[in-house]
Amino acid sequence: MTPSPAAPAAPASLEVSGLAYAYPDGHQALFGVDLTVGQGERVALLGPNGAGKTTLVLHLNGILGGGVGTVKVAGLPVEKRNFAEIRRRVGIVFQDPDDQLFMPTVREDVAFGPAAAGMRGAELETRVREALEQVGMEAFADRPPHHLSFGQRRRVAVATVLAMRPEILVLDEPSSNLDPASRRELADILRSLDVTVLMVTHDLPYALELCPRAVILSEGVIAADGRTQDLMCDEELMRAHRLELPFGFDPRTPSLARPSH
Amino acid sequence: MGAGHAHKLYRHGHSPIHALPPHCKLAAAFAFVLVVVSTPREAVWAFGLYAVLIAAVAAAARIPAGFLLRRLLIEVPFVAFAVLMPFVAQGERVEVLGLSLSVSGLWGAWNVLAKGTLGVAASVLLASTTELRALLLGLQRLKLPPLLVQIASFMIRYGDVITDELRRMSIARRSRGFEASGIRHWGVLAKTAGALFIRSYERGERVHLAMVSRGYAGSMPVIDEAVATRAQWAYAAVLPAAALAVCLMGWTL
Repeated sequence: MTPSPAAPAAPASLEVSGLAYAYPDGHQALFGVDLTVGQGERVALLGPNGAGKTTLVLHLNGILGGGVGTVKVAGLPVEKRNFAEIRRRVGIVFQDPDDQLFMPTVREDVAFGPAAAGMRGAELETRVREALEQVGMEAFADRPPHHLSFGQRRRVAVATVLAMRPEILVLDEPSSNLDPASRRELADILRSLDVTVLMVTHDLPYALELCPRAVILSEGVIAADGRTQDLMCDEELMRAHRLELPFGFDPRTPSLARPSH
Repeated sequence: MGAGHAHKLYRHGHSPIHALPPHCKLAAAFAFVLVVVSTPREAVWAFGLYAVLIAAVAAAARIPAGFLLRRLLIEVPFVAFAVLMPFVAQGERVEVLGLSLSVSGLWGAWNVLAKGTLGVAASVLLASTTELRALLLGLQRLKLPPLLVQIASFMIRYGDVITDELRRMSIARRSRGFEASGIRHWGVLAKTAGALFIRSYERGERVHLAMVSRGYAGSMPVIDEAVATRAQWAYAAVLPAAALAVCLMGWTL
């Protein structure tokens, strides 16, 4: 499980190998996770509640650590001395935008990441404007976040990490609490981005729509890794990991006309 | 979600006072209050002049008198004590409308009332011409400890979120047939407060996580540099300088 391959031309966006972790209270959440996500891929991370998805996500930028195994982001190991760069490269969008948006205005919030990295002045302004344009929220720059609708807040939350030009975008339940229109708008935005995406979700149709590849994390290990449609059509696999499709949804029927990437 | 924090105290406008950088206004208001409290209480006319100065600033900021006076009502609970002083203070007594009042108590009450009112008036003017956010920038600029500024800014950001959470909990309680109607229900209300504390604490942890994930390392990056020109400082200094002149006259005359 340890061989580190001779570096290819472009290192994978994310390489997790042999990652195991137990919380200080003794509860073990991860039992040796191996996962590689190539540049530009969009991968869904599926799994039942309590499978260790959040624990895995918090390892990607070094919030949690100290267990066994390694995590590398674009070839850079997640270690204390690299934390500043790692946190720029890994953009985590948390589930509740009220946790993510903590500054008094949208503009300041989007500026927070780059400013923390030392960016100032016109360059910072440009960076903020570009990030807000990518999510279609440039008209709301001077509004306080709590005056926005939930869908708008979620989009601003995506902009706050896009402003850091991340190598990989990690989304925790991106479609939760969104109405169908906001859900579709967010999907359009995510599809338009040229960035690696790891999407943690229970929303299986959303995963199928956006991510050509999916992995199932169950009981602290990667239980399956493959084409999203193949995994979802495997009824036995789905049942074994407490994954259920919504009523009336057939993963065979959606025409995936554009297998992007 | 409730009305925005920005609209409760702040009165939108485009006056020269609104346009002053926040740290100039903060420093001016603070200096003004210092000068007012160091004026001898016997110089009654000086307080009249201070009131005229405040009125002039309000006029320059285009704040209507009614608006200013209504906001001043906030001080009522604080000055209630002052009204008691003439009755309870010791010393020489004087008869007013058939009541026996203490002279030193009357002076004490006047002192608290006059200085308190002027101080509150200055703060009301500051708050209605400066957005809360700008005030924070001003405080940051005036080198207030960054931790205090951060705490204040989070209070502004999350005040509404927490109020909303409290409101939802109250709706959930009432939907299950609970109405707080007496001492027997205090236990439930106390548990609500406890639950709110836990939730806010956990939210605090999640916010901190989100901040660390975006490169927070203990200090807030300065995004908006508030700068003031010499002319702006001079303009802001007019109020405390005029007040200082009045104060010096009050001591010498």
